[in-house]
Amino acid sequence: MNGTTNGKAPYHLLSVRVENRAGVLARVAGLFARRGFNIFSLVVAPTQDERFSRISIVVDVESTPLHQIVDQLAKLINVVEISELHPDRAREAELLLATVGVSGRQDPAFLDLVGRFGAEVLEGNEEATMVMAVGDSASLDEFEAGLEGFGILELQRTGRIGLPTLSPAK
Amino acid sequence: MVQLTGAQALIKSLEARGVEVAFGLPGGAILPVYDPILDSSVRHIHVRHEQGAGHAAEGYADATGKPGVAIVTSGPGATNIVTPLADAYMDSVPLVVVAGQVAAGAIGTDAFQEVDTTGVTMGVTKHNYLVKDVEEIPRVVAEAFHIATTGRPGPVLIDFPKDIANMQVDWHETAAVDLPGYAPPIFPDPAAITRAVELIRAARRPVLYVGGGVIKSEASGALAALVEATGFPVVTTLMARGAFPDSDPRCLGMPGMHGNYTAVTAMQRSDLLVALGARFDDRVTGSVPAFAPDALVIHVDIDPAEMGKVRRPDVAVVADCRLAIEALVSRLREGAELAPARLAPWMAQIGEWQARFPYTYDLGDGSTIKPQYVVEQLREATPDDVILVSGVGQHQMWASQFWRFEHPRSWINSGGLGTMGFAVPAAMGAKVGQPDRMVWAIDGDGCFQMTAQELVTTTAEHIPVKIAILNNSYLGMVRQWQHMFYKERYSSVYLSPDLPDYVGWAESMGCVGLRVTAPEEVRPAIEKANEIDDRSVVVDFRTDVTEHVYPIIPAGHSNDDIVVHPSQAEER
Repeated sequence: MNGTTNGKAPYHLLSVRVENRAGVLARVAGLFARRGFNIFSLVVAPTQDERFSRISIVVDVESTPLHQIVDQLAKLINVVEISELHPDRAREAELLLATVGVSGRQDPAFLDLVGRFGAEVLEGNEEATMVMAVGDSASLDEFEAGLEGFGILELQRTGRIGLPTLSPAK
Repeated sequence: MVQLTGAQALIKSLEARGVEVAFGLPGGAILPVYDPILDSSVRHIHVRHEQGAGHAAEGYADATGKPGVAIVTSGPGATNIVTPLADAYMDSVPLVVVAGQVAAGAIGTDAFQEVDTTGVTMGVTKHNYLVKDVEEIPRVVAEAFHIATTGRPGPVLIDFPKDIANMQVDWHETAAVDLPGYAPPIFPDPAAITRAVELIRAARRPVLYVGGGVIKSEASGALAALVEATGFPVVTTLMARGAFPDSDPRCLGMPGMHGNYTAVTAMQRSDLLVALGARFDDRVTGSVPAFAPDALVIHVDIDPAEMGKVRRPDVAVVADCRLAIEALVSRLREGAELAPARLAPWMAQIGEWQARFPYTYDLGDGSTIKPQYVVEQLREATPDDVILVSGVGQHQMWASQFWRFEHPRSWINSGGLGTMGFAVPAAMGAKVGQPDRMVWAIDGDGCFQMTAQELVTTTAEHIPVKIAILNNSYLGMVRQWQHMFYKERYSSVYLSPDLPDYVGWAESMGCVGLRVTAPEEVRPAIEKANEIDDRSVVVDFRTDVTEHVYPIIPAGHSNDDIVVHPSQAEER
């Protein structure tokens, strides 16, 4: 996974506003399966408007042209709006949780790594430490690579979410 | 305010949408809906199998342009109509199917006759609904019809739990829809029309590639005007037969795997393809990289996702097909008239292909009935406005090849899904929709065995249709492929001409059964069948087993590899 989610082709982040109705995730996932489109990651959660949810999908555009994925998604009746978030014009973030096989409080190198990436130690004991980091996918890739040196026991990343950057003030 | 049950509200909502006919079969979970049907203006046609209800609704929709409606029960009733839903999805047929469901509280408990119908049909419908609140019935029905009939048409399923059908609701009629994510394109982009007209003016080897969208958007009149304005030749796909009259010399017939040599080759050599409501199906393109290599492409379709799905267009016109064609015609008329001479070499080349490679078959020594001969005789002996329906296989290709189609909505078949058994129920549905027109189906013996039970329905409901079985005692198309591509190793393909006894079977279903075993009996049998108007007729034509469909382009090959009839092989 390292180095593959850094916002450059062949992966694109789509931000899809959908009606908040039962089965919408199944429709989206089913469409990707049926048409042979590859999903790299997918995040779905409600928005501030309870009628809608937002799905952030990182898609593989090497196997299928992006316009075909967007056009097929747009045909789903419950899909309201699709924006492709270009890395230069969007803020992206991802959350990482990891349990590492070190007693973190006593390992200066580990604490240094945690500090450099602005991560947070959630809990720890004699054998293991759980950390959380938030960042863009590229920096989390780096953080993950750094953690590997300490022995990753379990790891979960959320996949990318994003919003367009604010337009310049008038 | 009137209090209704959910079931009554559903039927009232169907009436409010102008539904005149529904095809269906009751069962446990849909029982509440069948009670108010007794008091409704909707004519309910009680089929013998749910697949028949679905294909009949498709035939009705294809014949009338109105949405077809079917009503089935939960579980097996719903799964039995999955094939027609898939068929309608592939061929963009507007359907609304109501399926009963177990009580909402029992969903997920593996209740009797429970199936996750919404989940099962998600991939084969344009949209589907699981009704969760009795209040939403009028809106769901209004939305279902709106979605089924607008944009690119398609099937919509309403999954309707039994307890909600039994709940009370204050009735309010509504056509209001709440679809923030659904706004199908309608009007063509003027800039795209401008670019398209530039390509049309510059073309020297053009072909109008006409698909089913022309029929669905009622664009035949506009198409005729476009042909007049441009002089372009026309190919009509399997879904578009009749969109432009075969009798016009500029009609080159059907393209594709079993298409007319001239239609196939003109597309291959063209410098401009104007695709109108067509989707570059693999049966049309053959090998995609080798398809029409020199052609620029103008692609007109109402579905944006068709643009570049198979072939990247040079000009994409996402719009209603009729409106787009009308815009092209009016823009063309604004400029200088196109000189017919610019296409003269191309039309001369096309004329030469037409003369050398017409559809043909060998009449033989008269000892056997050639299936193509039956098709030709049927065409000659039936009225101009006859509706022809077919199943899937060799007989379907011969029907498309040897029939002369002059009008839209006079040819109904299963194109994309290739559903054997389509013909009998679809013919029934077509006759319900067009009771004053004669409806003939050309069917295969294999197809007929799959859905013949709906002839019982035609007898019981007084829907007289005529079925010509081209009985060659084989799954003919499979046999042809095993002959040509599997070294004549015939595997599970023989059916027997006499088992079942088609005449006896027809009579047991209340139809007239006729058997024809010699060429000279063909025409009299057709004429006899034409005279019978009070019940359905089945004619068992015993046709030549060895006949193959030509031309044929082997699957996956370039269209340049077209194999013509053996009698024309020297010409190539």
